[in-house]
Amino acid sequence: MKDHGHRPSRGLLVLLLLACFTVITLDVRGGSHSPVAPLRAAAGTVFGPVEDAAATAVRPFRAVPQFFRTTGGLRAEVARLRAQNDALRGRLATSTYARNQAAELDGLLHTSRDTGYALVPARVIAMGAAQSFTRTVTIDAGTSSGVYPDMTVLNNDGLVGRVVRANRTTATVLLIVDQESVVGGRLGSSMELGFLRGRGETGTAGRLDLQLVDRSVIPQRGDVVVSWGSNDDRPYVAGIPIGRVESVRSSPRELSTRAVIAPFVDFSSLDLVGVVVNPDTHSDRPLIKAGRIASAGGAPTASTAGGDR
Amino acid sequence: MAATRGMVLALTVLLAVVLQVSVFGYLTVAGVAPNLALLVVVAVALVRGPDLAAVVGFLAGLAVDLAPPADHVAGRWALALVIVGYLAGRVRPDARTSAFAALLTVAACSFVGTSVYALGGMLLHDPDLSAVDALRVIGVSVGYDVLLTPFVLPLLMRVFRRLDPQQAAY
Repeated sequence: MKDHGHRPSRGLLVLLLLACFTVITLDVRGGSHSPVAPLRAAAGTVFGPVEDAAATAVRPFRAVPQFFRTTGGLRAEVARLRAQNDALRGRLATSTYARNQAAELDGLLHTSRDTGYALVPARVIAMGAAQSFTRTVTIDAGTSSGVYPDMTVLNNDGLVGRVVRANRTTATVLLIVDQESVVGGRLGSSMELGFLRGRGETGTAGRLDLQLVDRSVIPQRGDVVVSWGSNDDRPYVAGIPIGRVESVRSSPRELSTRAVIAPFVDFSSLDLVGVVVNPDTHSDRPLIKAGRIASAGGAPTASTAGGDR
Repeated sequence: MAATRGMVLALTVLLAVVLQVSVFGYLTVAGVAPNLALLVVVAVALVRGPDLAAVVGFLAGLAVDLAPPADHVAGRWALALVIVGYLAGRVRPDARTSAFAALLTVAACSFVGTSVYALGGMLLHDPDLSAVDALRVIGVSVGYDVLLTPFVLPLLMRVFRRLDPQQAAY
């Protein structure tokens, strides 16, 4: 590449811009069969292990920024206890739903009892930044561990997201707070169904919008929302706690009531997560099996996920 | 020599992209991580001019577009960083006069780059975001990039200058 000083080459710029537009067009037009997909897979194979190594190298220093922001060890202790408290509260919150579900669906649950969710444990190794406007993370488990697209990802607090792409050693997870993410949800108290949409924000301000299918139902403040579950458990399995109703907005102009949901999961500090897989998946790492407490359907997943911490 | 130059450039870009998602993924301000790839492109532009910077911008942008956990339409960051490389290269004679001018260049480039990326998203509905949200994120990212510039840009420029003293000397 020769430097032309003050007279840059227009042709080169035009060529590069055209290349960009070509890539964009190919990716947009291609949809799910995009010709860019193999390129992405290749990039994942190259970048995945490097990201993994970088994340492993900095993991011991992850607490450093928090250390600066707070006044040392005491605050860390408070945070730890608060996390523990949240976990316990989350477990308590699902009990209403579990009781309801146990009463209503006991017959159906008999069949699902022996299939209790099995989890592949994984760690978050990379996070997408807000300026990309998509909320995704990379986890260090891929197809070699039995992780494939459209699988549910959760942690000890609740639902995290779903796998959108998997390479051999890494997988990309779309968080439920992403603007493109839609999750079927169910109110724990009334068993009403609705759809949860992300707002694209993580951190403490991250919220989800719940729109109920039945317009006449008004959710209660503090009500717990759990996942509704998809056909064949893909992409979302049923009964995973998602969040709590924080406020309810209903205007005559909008045809339905909208509720704002505060998610249980803190998306800005994701670390250990579990991917729900088939219990007899071949995986290169040990699975966490939930068969032990499968009697209440959805609730055990939260507590088993708690066990993977 | 050309091979070494290419290797060092490629390694720098790779390092920037990886650090951006893994290390700085945890050091975010309101979810925004510093755009290290953009800083690399600006550094190349200031040392070597718009042509090489546009090429490096294209490749770095493509890396950001394709490396996990990216999930947006590929080519959007590539487009943004080609434009950034070209613009930064055009203002090079002015940007090299003082440290403040360099900071201003980074701020302008960060604004243009993130805006081009966001506008592309609005046009493609990927995702369907509002101008207010976009502007807030763009503001934070310009601030973060400028904050990081004094620590990163001189280092990068020194590396690129050493790669090719003749070209950079004028």
